[in-house]
Amino acid sequence: MSFAKADKLRLPAWIPTLLVAVAIYVGVWYAGSSGLLNAYWYQVVQIAAFTAISALGLNLIYGFNGQFSLGHIGFYAIGAYGSALVTKDYLAKWSGSQVGGLSWMLAGILGVIIVMALIRLARFGRINARVRAFLGADLKQHELGTIVVLVDLVLVALTLALGTVCAWALQRALGWALGALFGALSPAVAQVVVFAIALLAGASLAAVVAYLIGMALLRLGSDYFGIATLGFAIMIYTALQSSDLVIPTMKGARGMVGIPLWTTWSWAFGALCLVLIVMRNLLYSSHGRAIVSVREDEVAARMMGIDVAQSKTVAFAFGGFFAGLAGGLYAHLFGFLHPSTFNIVKGFDPLIIIVLGGLGSMTGTVMASILFALLIEGLRVVLPQGSEDWRFVIYPIFLLLIMLLRKQGLMGRTEWGWLRAPLPPARDIPVPDHLALSVAGEHKEG
Amino acid sequence: MKRVMLAILAVVTVMSVALSGCSTPTPTPKPIPTAIPTNAGAVVPTATAAETASGTFPVKIAIVVPLSGDVKTFGESSRDGAMMAIEEARAAGWPIEVVLADSKCDAQEASNAANKVISEDGAKYIIGEVCSSASIPISQIAEAQKVLQISPTSTNPDVTINEDGSTKQYVFRACFLDPFQGEVMAALAIELGAKKGAILFDVGNDYVKGLAEYAKASFEAQGGEVPVYEAYSKDDSDFSGILGKVAAADVDVIFLPDYYNKNNLIAAQIKEKGIEAILIGGDGWDSPELQFELFEGGYFSNHYSPADPRPVVQDFVSAYEAKYGAVPDALATLAYDAARILLQSIAEAGVDDPTVVAEKMAAIEYEGVSGMISYDEQHNPVKAAAIVKIEGGKQVFYKFVAP
Amino acid sequence: MRLSPLKLLCRALAWAIYALLGVGIVWGLVALVRMNGPVYFFQAVVDGLRLGFVYALIALGYTMVYGIVRLINFAHGDVFMVGAFASYFAITRYGWSFVPAILFAMVVCTLLNIVIERVAYKPLRQAPRIAALITAIGVSFFLEYFTALKFVFSADFITYKRPFEVVVWKIGGVMITNITVIIIVVTTLLLLVLQYIVYRTKMGKAMRATSMDNAAARLMGINVDGVISLTFAIGAALAGAAGVLYAIAFPQIITFMGIMPGLKAFVAAVLGGIGNIPGAFIGSLLMGEIDVLVVSFLPMGSRLRDLFAFLVLIVVFLVKPTGILGEAQVEKV
Repeated sequence: MSFAKADKLRLPAWIPTLLVAVAIYVGVWYAGSSGLLNAYWYQVVQIAAFTAISALGLNLIYGFNGQFSLGHIGFYAIGAYGSALVTKDYLAKWSGSQVGGLSWMLAGILGVIIVMALIRLARFGRINARVRAFLGADLKQHELGTIVVLVDLVLVALTLALGTVCAWALQRALGWALGALFGALSPAVAQVVVFAIALLAGASLAAVVAYLIGMALLRLGSDYFGIATLGFAIMIYTALQSSDLVIPTMKGARGMVGIPLWTTWSWAFGALCLVLIVMRNLLYSSHGRAIVSVREDEVAARMMGIDVAQSKTVAFAFGGFFAGLAGGLYAHLFGFLHPSTFNIVKGFDPLIIIVLGGLGSMTGTVMASILFALLIEGLRVVLPQGSEDWRFVIYPIFLLLIMLLRKQGLMGRTEWGWLRAPLPPARDIPVPDHLALSVAGEHKEG
Repeated sequence: MKRVMLAILAVVTVMSVALSGCSTPTPTPKPIPTAIPTNAGAVVPTATAAETASGTFPVKIAIVVPLSGDVKTFGESSRDGAMMAIEEARAAGWPIEVVLADSKCDAQEASNAANKVISEDGAKYIIGEVCSSASIPISQIAEAQKVLQISPTSTNPDVTINEDGSTKQYVFRACFLDPFQGEVMAALAIELGAKKGAILFDVGNDYVKGLAEYAKASFEAQGGEVPVYEAYSKDDSDFSGILGKVAAADVDVIFLPDYYNKNNLIAAQIKEKGIEAILIGGDGWDSPELQFELFEGGYFSNHYSPADPRPVVQDFVSAYEAKYGAVPDALATLAYDAARILLQSIAEAGVDDPTVVAEKMAAIEYEGVSGMISYDEQHNPVKAAAIVKIEGGKQVFYKFVAP
Repeated sequence: MRLSPLKLLCRALAWAIYALLGVGIVWGLVALVRMNGPVYFFQAVVDGLRLGFVYALIALGYTMVYGIVRLINFAHGDVFMVGAFASYFAITRYGWSFVPAILFAMVVCTLLNIVIERVAYKPLRQAPRIAALITAIGVSFFLEYFTALKFVFSADFITYKRPFEVVVWKIGGVMITNITVIIIVVTTLLLLVLQYIVYRTKMGKAMRATSMDNAAARLMGINVDGVISLTFAIGAALAGAAGVLYAIAFPQIITFMGIMPGLKAFVAAVLGGIGNIPGAFIGSLLMGEIDVLVVSFLPMGSRLRDLFAFLVLIVVFLVKPTGILGEAQVEKV
């Protein structure tokens, strides 16, 4: 990124942002390890970090892409259980080998991708059109439709079968390769590698599920989509309660134990930074512009030649990925997973956070996540003994007040520092400061 | 005949204690005296177990229970039971500081609450949580921070044992486990001549689910048949689908292992459906809120019987009634026992050090409301279950079942 | 017109599929009825009907408010809870009978919702829709946790004393209670009243106009704020009645009782086509039947009931994205 020649004195935006990030990281790390920040507050800070990750995912879906989703907690749950299954496997070998769960999960993800690719390659649309062209004139419309559906079903079954075979073969290969990889690493390194792979695998699983759900449901209108995703989250919740029937180690409603406590401040903060970098760069790429344009006006976006369906599913999959990542961090901070953690009422938390922070503002989401954690936990400390039950009476009053006083949320749509939209590329004419400011300021409530 | 006599005796004893308001001192076989006030009007104790073992140094105890959310009432009962034991010790001159924290019966909240009472308030002993799903995260923190935890009511085996099967050094519980109680319930059904049973359970509640699983296994192992084994969820109010199956299966007994609140709803609908079967439940039934007329002729296993003539029981029941104006439920009873086990262990240890206290607790011989308690290898109490029958609209002692 | 053999085959194939589907459905129904006998089947249907009518009562209020202001009023379930408690106090404290108790509950809920609307929704009328949704969640939390305090309703599971005795009639082996009858009668009555208000009165006309185009309605001289307040009042009255009937059907009340029935009723309303009163009704009946029939007939049905219920929802959406009776939304450009 090169800035205007006329603007040489201006620091690049990433320098102060980087400094602040490093200061926060080192500050919390030092305070935590020296005891300035006791175990309680150290944990609260980490909770705030992964809450922010999950909320950023929802902000991408709702704040930037405009798709009202109430099912975010479902992806969070998938990520949490998915990554926990991998690390527990590594430690306790519930699947029989250290990498059984992981290789199945990865093979499953790849299998889905293969099937998707095959479906795309097979060009259903064209086959359907051929069938229609061949039979078209002679058959009645509904007869034709039935035949086309039948043909499609046969094709889908074929691709599914092929995908399953591929996944099965991949599982074998992956199991062998990953086993060799983990065996070759020293234990200290292996823990880091396994944790990173587990987090990514859980998040990828969530992303793939999000992609599929998105593909099926994103053509629904906004509130209908919200309710359908709510239904999805309830389905996940119900399935988790009986998960022990499929994978005994998940223990269903008895709660999954034996998950290593590997989440630390460094992991949580690192993941948050990574998510912010990915999201910022995605949003200011051409794909990101497409995502935001869908929010502003779907019809206009379509007329501009933007693939609306694709930008919706991509945003949804990224949002699911972030939620899954946050879930993985959650699982390894508490070391215990219970379906009740992923119920619908809890699913409102990320929604509340992104609205409080400002829909369509990454800075606002991060700030609101910190505020949210501080509010909930601060009330625990501030309230006198004997009035614990007032905590959740005061919290919604705060919520109401903030909403009534700042309708657009804390930050509206503005960003801070490096998260702001990058300036236009260098030109020979001088770019005065007030113009640079107005670029960021233009994103007001539409 | 003998049982009836015993029951009558028990009822008479309760009545006499309740009416006269004075104690009926019966010598207890154990060395630790447990004289608790019996005067229904006054709550000032005369002596406590703790005092006899001379606990005089200040200690800080945290009570971490759900104090908000949909099971707040369970948390409040537990808090009241534990506070009663602590106040008795305080009145005996023991400076005990108490920290209350709300855990909402939720893993994340419980973890935060436990961290808060340990790190912010410096508590070294935790009484709580009610739900296993909240007790397990607390137990992990307790182990890591070397803080003693005793859960009054969490029945999941994972609360006191690690994934590899080793026992958590600092974690104990005061209730019996699901396998034992499930067996007791199943054996009772067989004893009553039941051949076919229905089991209804809350699929999201590990206590209920565990009890149901073990009752089913045990009932089937003893020759029973379970044609209806159906789940519902926490927020359900309508059980007509399940009860339709129950009615069609023509069962002899219905196992209702849930808490009293859900059972009130289920039993009302069982009545409406006109299903005639003996209802059998677990300690979740024990509450004054249970609608006895719906459960007439039913049985449940409990930690104690309010009709138990032992003074420790009678004193507890009358003192609790005097203080809170209600008959104690299972949650309050177990919390009271948990607090007293903790206090006795601290007093026996003689130092404010959870490691020493945990050693003492593992070897404790405690006589409480819920019977003689000692701990097995996995920090689970070894104690008898009392079976209570509901007859004529009240609880009647039926028999004891030793582990 | 002559067809080539291949095309003839295709046509035969299509009709064979129709025949198979038809036979399959009929066979399935017959198998369902025969599996445990017709009494079992019809008992399940009647039970499902009762549950469906209970959902319908809640869903009507939900869909009213949504139809006019496009707000998912998450506090509706909690107003419903207050209705149940109001009637509880009326019945047990003051010994009132059924009709005054239900009227009392409706009045209390109406007043409560008018206050809520003034405080939490009215200031946000010009703000994005999501702001009001968040305040609705806030109000919902507040009502749940505030009423759970010791000096308000307390957090106990309170047994609800029915204002009348339960009577059971047996019709050919199928049991029907007077509660079922009362629920069906009251719900139908309220549905008709609602239809009358919306389609036959001037106020209803104003409501429909506001629902179609808020700004245009304002320009036509309609007091839009008044219409919205009235909508909230009517919705709350329906919630109050629903709360009483729910508590009579399932006689236990707690301050958190509104969440799940509220959510399910809302989903039912969406299933039927949100904002559409007959749609909410049909969606609710369907939801109630699914709930009971899945438990009654599918293996593991009771464990996976919600999974099936929402699967049906998603399938309906895939076939008809605006719900069963929902009208296709016109995209405004």
